[in-house]
Amino acid sequence: MTESSAAHEPAPPQPPAPVSAPVPDAAAPTGLAAQPAVPAALELRGLWKKFGSKIAVAGIDLTVPAGSFYGLVGPNGAGKTTSLSMATGLLRPDFGQVMVLGQDLWADPVKGKSLLGVLPDGVRLFDRLTGEQLVTYAGLLHGLDRETVAARTADLLAALDLTADARTLVVEYSAGMTKKIALACAIVHAPRVLVLDEPFEAVDPVSAANIREILTSYVASGGTVIVSSHVMDLVQRMCDHVAVIANGHVLAAGTVDDVRAGASLEDRFVQLVGGRSTGEGLAWLRTSSV
Amino acid sequence: MVAHLVRLKLALLRNGLRRSVWQVIGLVVGLLYGLGLAVLLLVGLVALAVQDDQELAATVLLLGGSLLVLGWWIVPLVAFGVDATLDPQRFTTFSIPRRSLLAGLAIAGLVGIPGLVTVLVALTSVTVWWRTPAAVVAGLVGAVLAVALCVVGSRATTTALAPLVMRRKVREVATIAVLIPMFLLGPIMGAVGSGLESISDTFPEVARTLGWTPFGAPWALAVDVAAGQWAPAAAKLAIGLVTLAALLWVWDRALTRALTGGEQREGPRAKARGLGWFDRFPATPVGAVAARSLTYWLRDPRYAGAVILVPLVPVLFLFLGGRQLSLLLSAPIGALLFGWGIAADIAYDSTAFWTHVAAPIRGTVDRWGRACAALALGAPATLLMSVVVVALTGRWDLIVPVVGYSLGVLATATGASSFISARVVYPVPKPGENPFSTPQGSQTAAMVSQMAGMAGILLLALPSTALAVAAVLTGSMWLGLLTAVASIALGGLFLVLGVRMGGVQYDTRAPDLLTTMRGFA
Repeated sequence: MTESSAAHEPAPPQPPAPVSAPVPDAAAPTGLAAQPAVPAALELRGLWKKFGSKIAVAGIDLTVPAGSFYGLVGPNGAGKTTSLSMATGLLRPDFGQVMVLGQDLWADPVKGKSLLGVLPDGVRLFDRLTGEQLVTYAGLLHGLDRETVAARTADLLAALDLTADARTLVVEYSAGMTKKIALACAIVHAPRVLVLDEPFEAVDPVSAANIREILTSYVASGGTVIVSSHVMDLVQRMCDHVAVIANGHVLAAGTVDDVRAGASLEDRFVQLVGGRSTGEGLAWLRTSSV
Repeated sequence: MVAHLVRLKLALLRNGLRRSVWQVIGLVVGLLYGLGLAVLLLVGLVALAVQDDQELAATVLLLGGSLLVLGWWIVPLVAFGVDATLDPQRFTTFSIPRRSLLAGLAIAGLVGIPGLVTVLVALTSVTVWWRTPAAVVAGLVGAVLAVALCVVGSRATTTALAPLVMRRKVREVATIAVLIPMFLLGPIMGAVGSGLESISDTFPEVARTLGWTPFGAPWALAVDVAAGQWAPAAAKLAIGLVTLAALLWVWDRALTRALTGGEQREGPRAKARGLGWFDRFPATPVGAVAARSLTYWLRDPRYAGAVILVPLVPVLFLFLGGRQLSLLLSAPIGALLFGWGIAADIAYDSTAFWTHVAAPIRGTVDRWGRACAALALGAPATLLMSVVVVALTGRWDLIVPVVGYSLGVLATATGASSFISARVVYPVPKPGENPFSTPQGSQTAAMVSQMAGMAGILLLALPSTALAVAAVLTGSMWLGLLTAVASIALGGLFLVLGVRMGGVQYDTRAPDLLTTMRGFA
């Protein structure tokens, strides 16, 4: 109940604090921030995924250090969602390995998934539940007890400005509200690693700022966040690490400063990905005729 | 535009086929069925044409034709939901002239097996009038008019009623309203059938009357012309044309509303009090799954349908057999339906299933939770039904085997469903969709898995069934006791086995099920 005391200044879930971690985790005894000895928060090793004849992800290797705020950027259809789905146990890779804090996720999904908080993109929610019920559901599924779930749900709904709609069915929510309630579901169990696919899509600026603050303080307290986005500016400001993905390959990965190498992330991204069509294209669009 | 929309419909059909082999099988089965029906009808029409009784020909044409038109208007609403392949809402952003859109959608509505059969039959019906050339011409005009009435009428009813059907609350009530007559179709048809026998002499009279209605008018046109009655023929042509115009007007208005009104929002937002079932179930993963499932059982029309059907089972039996021993059967059948209710549980979750996949839970947790929800509703309902049917038959000496056997069936069906729903997913109406909309091409996969599942349950329940039949027929108290004990024990065993095996399936296949369902979306 400690976190509910700070009602006006919503406390982010405290990731690695052993008291709140519901997982009997013997393999990772240190809850401290990134040390060389601590295994990477998330490690993708040679992930491949093919849908029919289309190769969505072609051998992605990625190491997300513990305690980092990691951005995943790429053009539409680059394989971001596919990669993140495989990294969170929602999509079975054809080849490759996913390590969550040193645990092989696909070898022992239950163990790995207890460390993860997931916000997938382009999927439904159990939207016949109210917002409050949905977050409660997510918490209970992760093994929290009733009081903890109730306190955290209240905190999260307040932090995300959803308290007024707590008892409205999620099916009636707007796109932004739906995104926020899904985010609440992802963090209610105080995961050690948060994987968020497009968390800011359709979210209003005020809520986005609130979410950013929650995530930043979560990272400051030792948690790890991986977000995918195609808003370069946001990633440059918010993240300390970034990976650029295109056509199912990692084009560049590392700290934001290393990757952008002096340029803005957006310019660097365009340079890496290519496909910028400069010149006189769409000349007809300039004329007001037709 | 017409060509565009027809091509679009064909492309949708073709791409659908490319996606899964089940759709190909579904189309082939549907085609065979449709062709068979068409051949039967054509042979019937030819037979009608070569016999000499013009009165009989007219009667058959009018009755059958009226039924055909009426079917086009009503069946899509009830059985298949709104044809979603060419949902007018999808054309909102294109500036298509209304006239072209109407024509295109109407013609495209003919693309498909029902349209094909209708056109074939309508055109062949003309052969009946080969003796009178003038009637042949009238018949052709009538046939075209009838086909137009069919297609435009079906578009008009579905489009006009779509906003109503799309409203959640209305839909839920409609589910009840529509399910009941559908479910009781058998007894109703029986009653009508026996009624028909006594009034078959009046068929020609009925047919003549139908000829003056919008359903029968286009078919009556040729009848009157063949009889040389020109004034009534003109009147019937007018009836047909006016009806067509009225339908076009209704459709046009409905389409305007659909295209400009955007999504119909409900007035007051649905609220709920507190945490509902989450407060009443233990705060464990299994309890949470059970609470969530139970909430859906009562709040989602796709489940509520099953809940509503079950009390109708005894009503059905009462209709069919009266207060005889057969009425007792309705208790285990109701129990079977309840247990079967979770056989497509994961498919009903659709992609929301990711919540379970992302959670650190074993398959048995998911399975037990869903089974508990089915049992929490099914067990009291089964008990109640057993007592009611025993009371109605007055055979209180059979209460023990009836209750025991029904509970055993409930447990067996729940266990089997727990296994099946983790084994296969097939496209079902998505959350929030019309519970009657059948996703394209899903019928065959759904039917095969349902038939296999049902057969499996019947097989598993065979020993208990044999005992129960013996107990009821002999009325022996000891046999009754044995039935109850054996049924419940076997049912419990199958429940545990089904949940365990389903849990293993879930553990190995959950992400793959999710991937499959993403493909349906």
